[in-house]
Amino acid sequence: MTLLRQGFAGRGPLVRLPGLAPLFLALTLLVLGVLIVLPLGVVFHQAFARGLEAYLEPLKQPDALAAIRLTLVVAAISVPLNAVFGVAAAWAVARFEFRGKSLLVTFIDLPFSMSPVVSGLVWVLLFGAQGWFGPWLQDHGVKIIFATTGLVLATTLVTLPFVARELIPLMQDQGADEEAAALTLGAGGWTTFFRVTLPNIKWALLYGVLLCNARAMGEFGAVSVVSGSVRGLTTTLPLHVEVLYNDYEFVGAFAAASILAGLGLLTLVLKTVLEWRHSGELSASRRH
Amino acid sequence: MNFRQADDISAPTPTALEIKGISKAFGRFPALKQVSLQAKDKEFLALLGPSGSGKTTLLRVLAGLETPDAGEVRFAGEDFLALPVRRRKVGMVFQHYALFRHMTVAQNIAFGLTVRKRAEKPGKAEIADRVAHLLQLVQLEGLDKRYPSQLSGGQRQRVALARALAIEPRMLLLDEPFGALDAQVRRELRRWLRELHDRAGVTTVFVTHDQEEALDLADRVAILKDGELIQLGTPNEVYEHPATPFVFDFLGQACRLPGVVDGGRLRIAGWEGEAPAGAPQGPVEVFFRPDEVAFAPPGGTGLATQVRGVAQRGPDVRIDCHVEGAPMELQAHGPSLPPGVGPGLSVRITPLRPQVYAAA
Repeated sequence: MTLLRQGFAGRGPLVRLPGLAPLFLALTLLVLGVLIVLPLGVVFHQAFARGLEAYLEPLKQPDALAAIRLTLVVAAISVPLNAVFGVAAAWAVARFEFRGKSLLVTFIDLPFSMSPVVSGLVWVLLFGAQGWFGPWLQDHGVKIIFATTGLVLATTLVTLPFVARELIPLMQDQGADEEAAALTLGAGGWTTFFRVTLPNIKWALLYGVLLCNARAMGEFGAVSVVSGSVRGLTTTLPLHVEVLYNDYEFVGAFAAASILAGLGLLTLVLKTVLEWRHSGELSASRRH
Repeated sequence: MNFRQADDISAPTPTALEIKGISKAFGRFPALKQVSLQAKDKEFLALLGPSGSGKTTLLRVLAGLETPDAGEVRFAGEDFLALPVRRRKVGMVFQHYALFRHMTVAQNIAFGLTVRKRAEKPGKAEIADRVAHLLQLVQLEGLDKRYPSQLSGGQRQRVALARALAIEPRMLLLDEPFGALDAQVRRELRRWLRELHDRAGVTTVFVTHDQEEALDLADRVAILKDGELIQLGTPNEVYEHPATPFVFDFLGQACRLPGVVDGGRLRIAGWEGEAPAGAPQGPVEVFFRPDEVAFAPPGGTGLATQVRGVAQRGPDVRIDCHVEGAPMELQAHGPSLPPGVGPGLSVRITPLRPQVYAAA
């Protein structure tokens, strides 16, 4: 992806270092082949090893269906949460000057630089049976850890930076003049937001949401800490894959994995389409 | 549009805009210091100054986009600072136009009408009518379905102007309206904007750093420097009687020499002439325009001048010389060189209209 984009978008004439191009190209293709294409092929090969019937069979199991449903539920809650948070954070950072702004930007980035296990563990420390609020929650019959709420919290934390990181550079680049113009023309705050701000960032927002969603559905580390892996109840799709794999149910594991891999490929296609159609309206400093 | 006719512009006009003691600081940087000025109804007022002089900040205070730390703004007697941006009904044209990039030209112009409250919103047909009328006014008929990215700089500027006029503004604010255009387009639009102002009859304040633009276009010019109002007057007043050396320098090319005023006499080096009325006594800085000098032969009266080089471009002559030892560039106009002027020759010059300021 990155290589292709550089080729099209790169400025200035190409410089060819004699003899090096074939070497670099071969090395890149080799690494891509061994590390990406081959494993991906294996996933689908294993999943379909015993035919379509055998492939679909494990996906019809109640546990598998529950895992798919749970994954969708978790993503359906955490992705909108992060879309709202991302727009609010980007607005705050791009439109206002305040003390501690750079600290805020650093904090938004923290989930990227921190191991996802930590992002799961913090919720256990807060809401687990031995956690700060654990006893109080137990007294009131609220279950967060080993329940959907915990999965949503962990997933939301891990995917926090995606939307905000996409919007901040774009909104800084666009500036506030159009919003100021809308105000002078008599528009109120919300009207300005919905008719000027949002349309200007819609493609970048969609791009951020897409990446956020891919990560939310695929997240393993953070959710595995808070899940407890209760089959059919608290296993999302990635956890379901692990449970099956540990039980030597390889076809089932690979069938579930193929859904995740398919999701990854779909995300890639949509991402490419967005970048190709709306490259001008996405932020220039994209880093995923 | 029901623009008022501007044929009564010579009648005594009441003060429309009144700015009193406006101060504004960004952090520790003072952008405006105690600025006070007035604009008459239907007046075309220029805020002129170098970058960092606070002129754009003052414009944004008028629009309501900045809140001053101190001072008062009244429009037609009303406390303007108490009104939020959206209720001020000022039409603002931003330096880079700030057109809504995802809307067509027609949608941009109609925006101010479509965001009105239901009760005040004109019907669809009326909005379309007004847009058509404004497109005609800014001479952009047929471009209503284009997007801002498909327009030239000059066209964008006119769309921004039409968009601002659509709300029938009480006052028009223009931030460097010609800043982003090339010289050719700039000159054409300048005349056109002035005509438009006279037809629309709206009090207009515009910001510029281009002294030629301000002097050429405005009824009155306010000159700002480092957040302070230095001088306010008609183009002729400020050009003929610059209040400070800064204003003299900023409004055109300047030649300067040290001198002394004693009684009614002005002395520069070995030359003595009549001091301008009201000149300060003692050591002074003498300023004059490079083309406002009289030439005399070496034996005549005036400042001793050695001509080093002459460059002629059509009727304009630039004379590179040393006047009383100070390097200077003088200008002359006419089909031929002033008598006695040539590379390596000595002449005498007399400043025709010197301005005298107390030496710092």
